[in-house]
Amino acid sequence: MNYKELNLIGSSSPHIRTKDGAGHIMGEVLLAMLPALLFSIYNFGPRALGTTAVSVAGCCAFEWLYRAALKKDNTLGDLSAAVTGVLIAFVCPVTVPYWILLIGDFFAIVVVKQLFGGIGKNFLNPALAARAFMLSWAGEMTTWVGPHSSVPIAGAFDAATYPTPMALLHANDLAGLKQMYDLPEMLVGLIGGSLGEVSALLLLLGGLFMIFRKVITWYIPVSYIGTVAALTFLFPRGNDPLEWMLYNVLGGGLMLGAFFMATDYVTSPVSHKGQALFGIGCGLITVFIRYFGAYNEGVCYAILVMNLTVWIIDKNIRPARFGEIKPAKSKEKEAKGK
Amino acid sequence: MAQAFFGGIHPNDQKAATNKKPIETLPPPAQVVIPMSLHIGAPCKPCVAVGDAVTVGQVVGEAPAFVSAPVHASVSGTVVAVEPRIHFSGVPVMSVVIENDFNDTPCPGAVPPRDPESLTAEQICDIVKNAGIVGMGGATFPTHVKISSGLGKVDTVIVNASECEPYITSDHRTLLEHPDEVLGGVRILARLFGVDWVHIAIEANKANAAEMLKIKIEEEKSPAVVDVLQTRYPQGAEKQLCQSITGRQVPPGALPASIGCAVFNIVTTMAIYNAVYRGQPVTHRIVTVSGSGVNEPKNLLCPIGTPIRELLDACGGVKKSTFKILMGGPMMGHAQYDMDAPIGKGTNAILAFCEKEERTVEHPACIRCGKCISVCPMHLQPVFMYQYERAGMLSQLESAHVLDCIECGACTYICPGRLYLVQSFRAGKQKINNAKAAAKAAAEAAAKAEAEKKEA
Repeated sequence: MNYKELNLIGSSSPHIRTKDGAGHIMGEVLLAMLPALLFSIYNFGPRALGTTAVSVAGCCAFEWLYRAALKKDNTLGDLSAAVTGVLIAFVCPVTVPYWILLIGDFFAIVVVKQLFGGIGKNFLNPALAARAFMLSWAGEMTTWVGPHSSVPIAGAFDAATYPTPMALLHANDLAGLKQMYDLPEMLVGLIGGSLGEVSALLLLLGGLFMIFRKVITWYIPVSYIGTVAALTFLFPRGNDPLEWMLYNVLGGGLMLGAFFMATDYVTSPVSHKGQALFGIGCGLITVFIRYFGAYNEGVCYAILVMNLTVWIIDKNIRPARFGEIKPAKSKEKEAKGK
Repeated sequence: MAQAFFGGIHPNDQKAATNKKPIETLPPPAQVVIPMSLHIGAPCKPCVAVGDAVTVGQVVGEAPAFVSAPVHASVSGTVVAVEPRIHFSGVPVMSVVIENDFNDTPCPGAVPPRDPESLTAEQICDIVKNAGIVGMGGATFPTHVKISSGLGKVDTVIVNASECEPYITSDHRTLLEHPDEVLGGVRILARLFGVDWVHIAIEANKANAAEMLKIKIEEEKSPAVVDVLQTRYPQGAEKQLCQSITGRQVPPGALPASIGCAVFNIVTTMAIYNAVYRGQPVTHRIVTVSGSGVNEPKNLLCPIGTPIRELLDACGGVKKSTFKILMGGPMMGHAQYDMDAPIGKGTNAILAFCEKEERTVEHPACIRCGKCISVCPMHLQPVFMYQYERAGMLSQLESAHVLDCIECGACTYICPGRLYLVQSFRAGKQKINNAKAAAKAAAEAAAKAEAEKKEA
């Protein structure tokens, strides 16, 4: 055989790569969010689907337009814009007007992500930064419908404001909340709240799927939820610490935030120790805002604040060098010297 | 007993294509090209001339230094050229070309010592050196250097049959078909280092070999213990293997001997036996020919110096769409472009690929997922090292311990952004070493100028 005819390429090793590329991973994130989305359509009506679809379309369109205008390569294939789109929809009330949603999409994709260099370069979670920005329209962003609603895709709906579990917890009204929703309802998600945050159970399932598929590690969700659980159990408001803790853990955006927002690769630490620290920080700030803040929910701002600490965590938490002899004695000496 | 190293990856091992195929002997090649550089260290000096008749096992290149190993004729015949020829490293290397007379006349000097059991350590070292034995797992570090530098320091001897690279089955088949030689080599190593038993490290995907070996060890009361290790790349990397067996970590820049370990590949172990008990130098080796581009994957026993072409021909050639041919495994092997390049002492596989196993993309982009960190068996942070290298921040790159990188490629394999991580670290290491050499040269020049000034 004449091997000179072959079109051989010479590159350096390794010569094989895993098939799980960025698009594949983001696809699995989308899959993990699907059960929660389906539940929201059941819980809130077809508008939940409309809001999510508009948000995904908006994010993808802005990403494509920005990169086309600047003659950069098309990055829609990595699906990260689609993930951002779903997450923005998930943190809005189901009734959010589409135009506000599109402003949020623009802010997330163009201002937060692309202006800093695109995927992997942003320092804030795009979906949460967009939510913080969208709160400029405070009325629309805090209009809640209750469970078992059927908000139509377009047109009029009953816009009666409806207290979310977080509002009642913020008012220290655990008894009122218990009357409104029992714990199984809180777990399954037959409650009011942001579009995608209601079903703690299905978000937990999606999160476990991502951990099982090694899309995320368990460090952030466990340290985040664990910190919130520990603090609310140790410092309960009311006379039943366990119930207070469970309502705090199952209510609000904690599950969504801990599994899908705080674990965002770009805006969380890369090392496992750093991730644990990051999760604890998120938990502390969340509880702090819930207890002492003007807002009744702290997940969004907790994660945004912790996003800003990632560089310092990454800079200071380095793995132990392979084969390095632990300088126990020299450290003692240093301590003495000081 | 086996302890885990950190990180690692689980690529599809692809060994089913050849792990049940007995070793076949390659039809003798008409010509072999024996390069003077088949090892790490000083290249050999040719000691034959054009027209000389040579026999199998005759020395054709002498080792000029301690860290070197002689090379031998792998066929009998006539020397037809002593000139630079294409080498698997990609550049021409001084080589001895032998026309095969197909007689396989053995070298008259190749006789085993009369009483192998009573040899001293120095004598064994000499035999190993003269037989041209080098690390046959691929690293090709001269074995006599490893033995002599480890004598007196080593309490754990490990025979490496983990064969963690995908596709390769040459060690596996060696174990199955030559257990007596392997255990013979193990006995020599045990006596040499004065250890009660030698660890034979095998990955779990070679369970049949491990079982067979355990029975043999039991029957023959061999001074050996089989350690079945988790199938995980890079289990067979020297530092990781030491960690798996002993829990000890080789300090940065040091050798396994510094933590009392010595690691020998399974084929090296067999070569030691063949040298000590049969007087045979390293003239042949077992090569797995496999990969999606190969028509008929096989395990072949071939003379060292056989052109790659002959091995591929013996396997029914390659598919027309083959775009990459490798010497070695897919994780650390070297791409070949000239099929006249010869098989070396460390060549465990020739792989041809026609499918896009590489999955390169036009615009690699880091998504900061940190997977590179969680797979790095050397506890490095490739994500940051890559940024430093790209930005030319050499001092930061060095303090991120890039020089500890063993270039196993696990980070590049796992990277969803398809970054060229290990490739960038190779470049970075080179730049750091160049800068160090330049600084050293500048310092020496300054010192010299200073001295001259004083004299004046």
